[in-house]
Amino acid sequence: MSQSLASAAPPPTEPPSPAVIEGTAAKKIEGRSPWRLGLERLVRDRAAMISLGVIILIVLMAIFAPVIAALTGHGPDQQFAATGLTAIGQPKGPNSTFLLGTDNLGRDVFVRIAYGARISLIVGVAATALTIIIGAVAGLISGYFGGLTDTLIARFIDWLLAIPFLLFAISLVVIIGPSLVVVIIVIGFFGWASVGRIVRGQVLSIKEKEYIEAARALGANPWRIMFVDILPNVMAPIIVYATLLIPLAIVTEASLSYLGVGIPPPTPDWGQMINDAQNVYQYGAWWFLVFPSIALLVTTLSFNILGDGVRDAFDPRGDRLFV
Amino acid sequence: MVRFLIRRILQGILVMWLVTVSVFLIFFVGPGPSSVARALAGKSATPQVVAEVSHRLLLDRPLYVQYGHFLWLLLHGNLGYSFYHSESVNSIIAAAFPITLSLVIGASILWVLMGVLSGVLSAVRARSLMDRTFTVLALFFYSMPTFVLGLLLLLVFYYEFTIHGIHLFPGSGYTSFTTNPGLWFRGLVLPWLTLSLVQAAIYTRLTRGSMLDVMGEDYIRTARAKGMPERRVIFRHELRAALTPIVTQFGIDVGVLLGGAIITEYVFGMPGLGFTAVQAIQEQDLPVVIGVVIVAAAAVVVANIIVDALYAVLDPRVRLH
Repeated sequence: MSQSLASAAPPPTEPPSPAVIEGTAAKKIEGRSPWRLGLERLVRDRAAMISLGVIILIVLMAIFAPVIAALTGHGPDQQFAATGLTAIGQPKGPNSTFLLGTDNLGRDVFVRIAYGARISLIVGVAATALTIIIGAVAGLISGYFGGLTDTLIARFIDWLLAIPFLLFAISLVVIIGPSLVVVIIVIGFFGWASVGRIVRGQVLSIKEKEYIEAARALGANPWRIMFVDILPNVMAPIIVYATLLIPLAIVTEASLSYLGVGIPPPTPDWGQMINDAQNVYQYGAWWFLVFPSIALLVTTLSFNILGDGVRDAFDPRGDRLFV
Repeated sequence: MVRFLIRRILQGILVMWLVTVSVFLIFFVGPGPSSVARALAGKSATPQVVAEVSHRLLLDRPLYVQYGHFLWLLLHGNLGYSFYHSESVNSIIAAAFPITLSLVIGASILWVLMGVLSGVLSAVRARSLMDRTFTVLALFFYSMPTFVLGLLLLLVFYYEFTIHGIHLFPGSGYTSFTTNPGLWFRGLVLPWLTLSLVQAAIYTRLTRGSMLDVMGEDYIRTARAKGMPERRVIFRHELRAALTPIVTQFGIDVGVLLGGAIITEYVFGMPGLGFTAVQAIQEQDLPVVIGVVIVAAAAVVVANIIVDALYAVLDPRVRLH
C-alpha cells in the first residue's frame, strides 16, 4: 500500500518544493485509520460542513438562550399584554421590540424559539442515545447467542414494528403524565427496533471471524467477546444510524408536543408553539406559525444533511440515503 | 410457498397476541382497577355507572379472568362500548375508517407515482443535475415534519387564497364522497399533498438506491447486449428487480397509515381513525383508544403478511427458500 503510494509521488529527479513533500507525498505514506479516513472525507463534504455549522449555531442559540432573553429584555414565559398584543388582543407582527413578533399570549416568539431549541436538542440527543444503547445491546445478545434468545428478541422487534408507535406513545405519555424524561424514554424505547436489526445482522457475520474464535479459545467469556471484541466493529453503522435518528427523535418530540402530549406548557417548545399558532394564523399571525416551523425544519434538515454526509464518509458502500 | 405463508400467518397471530397483552397491561393493569373503571365509564359518569362498568368488565375479578374476558370479546369482534359517546366502538371505528381510507389511498397513489418516477429518473441519470435536484427535494421533504408542511400549505392555499377571494380549498373537515364528490375531492387535495410529499421522499431514495444496485447485475448487461430497447431494460428488468424493497416499504407505510394518519388528520381536522384516537385520548375515552390501537396493529400485521406473499410473486428467488 505505502509502496505504491510512494512510487506515485513525484520522481526525485525533479525536486518538488518542500511544501509539496510535506503536503502530499509525506502525508500519503503515513498510515491512516479508517476513522481518520472517514473524518477526512467528511471534512471535504461541503454540504455536511455547512450543516454542521448551522447545528453549532443552533446549539449556541440553545446554550445562550438566557443571554438572548437578557438582551431583548423579554423572559421566555413573560407575557406583554400591553406592548406585545394589539388593541383587540391579537399577536403583534415582527417589529423592533419583538424581532420575530409575539404569540397569542404576548410572549416574545424569538426568545421562545431560542429556549425551544434546548428541548429539541436535549430530546434529540438523549432519546437517540437511549435508542442506540438498547438497540446495540439487544442486537449483540440476539446475534451472538442465537437460538431461543434470538427468536424472543426477534418476536419482540416484530411487536415493536407492528404496534402503532405514535398511538402507543401518546397513550403512554398521557397515562404516565407528560414530562421531558417520559418523552425521551418513550421515544427511545419504541425506536430501537431498527438499530437492533442492523447490529444483529453485523454480529452474525462478525462472530464467525477467526479473531472471535481466537478470543473464545483464549477463554474470554461471551460478554467480553460481545462488548470488547465485537462492539467496536459495529460502531460505524451505529454512528451512521445515530446521526439519522437525531432528526427523527426531534420530529417525534415536536409531533407529540404539537398534539398536546409532549412537553407540558409553559415550557417553550417548537411543537407546542406551532400548535398554539394553529389557532391564530387565520387572524393573520403568520409569523407565529412560520418562524417556529422554520426553526424546526432547519434543525431537522441540517441533521439529515450531516447524517447523509457521515454515512457517505464512514460507510461508502451503502448508497441508500435513509437506511 | 403455502408452508411459508402459514408460518407467516402464525407469526402474525403471535404478534397480535403480544399486542393484546401489551394493550391490556398498559391500559388495564397500569393505572389500577378503580381508575380504569372510571376512565372506561367516561369523565361524566356517576358512581353507579362506574360500579356497573366495573362489574360488567369483571374489573373486580383476578387479572387472568379480566384478560380472558377482554380477549374473548375481541375474538368475537367486539371492541367494547364508548360510555363517553354512548356508542359501540365498532360503529365509531366503522364511521372513521372510510375517512382514513380516502386519505391513504389517494396519498399512496400520489407518493408512489412521484417517488418511483423521480427515483427511476435519478438512477438512470445518476449524478446529473436532475438527480441532484431530486436528491435535494427528497432531503427537504424527508426533513419536513408532516404538521409543518400541512399547516404551511393551509396558510398559503387556504388562508392567503381565501383572503384574496379564491375559495379553492376548505380549511378543515371532511365531506363524504356520497354527500358531495366535488367537495370531497377539494377537501382532500391538501391532505393528500401533505402526506404524499413527505412519504414520496423516502421512495425517491429507495428506488434510486435499489435501481443502482440492480443496474450492475450481469443479466442487465445481457439484456442490453442482446439489443433490448433501453426503455424495456429499465422498466421490465431493472425496475422489476428493484421493486422488492419498494413493495416492503409500501406495505409497511400503508399498514401503519390505515391505522390512522394521525398528524395529517389532526392538522386538517379530518375525523379519521387517527384523529378519533387522539380525541379519545384527550377525553380519556379508553375503549375507543384501545379499539383503534388494536385495529391499527392488525392493519400493520396484515400488511406485512401481504408484503411477504407479494415478495414471492415479484422475486422468484424467494420461493426457493
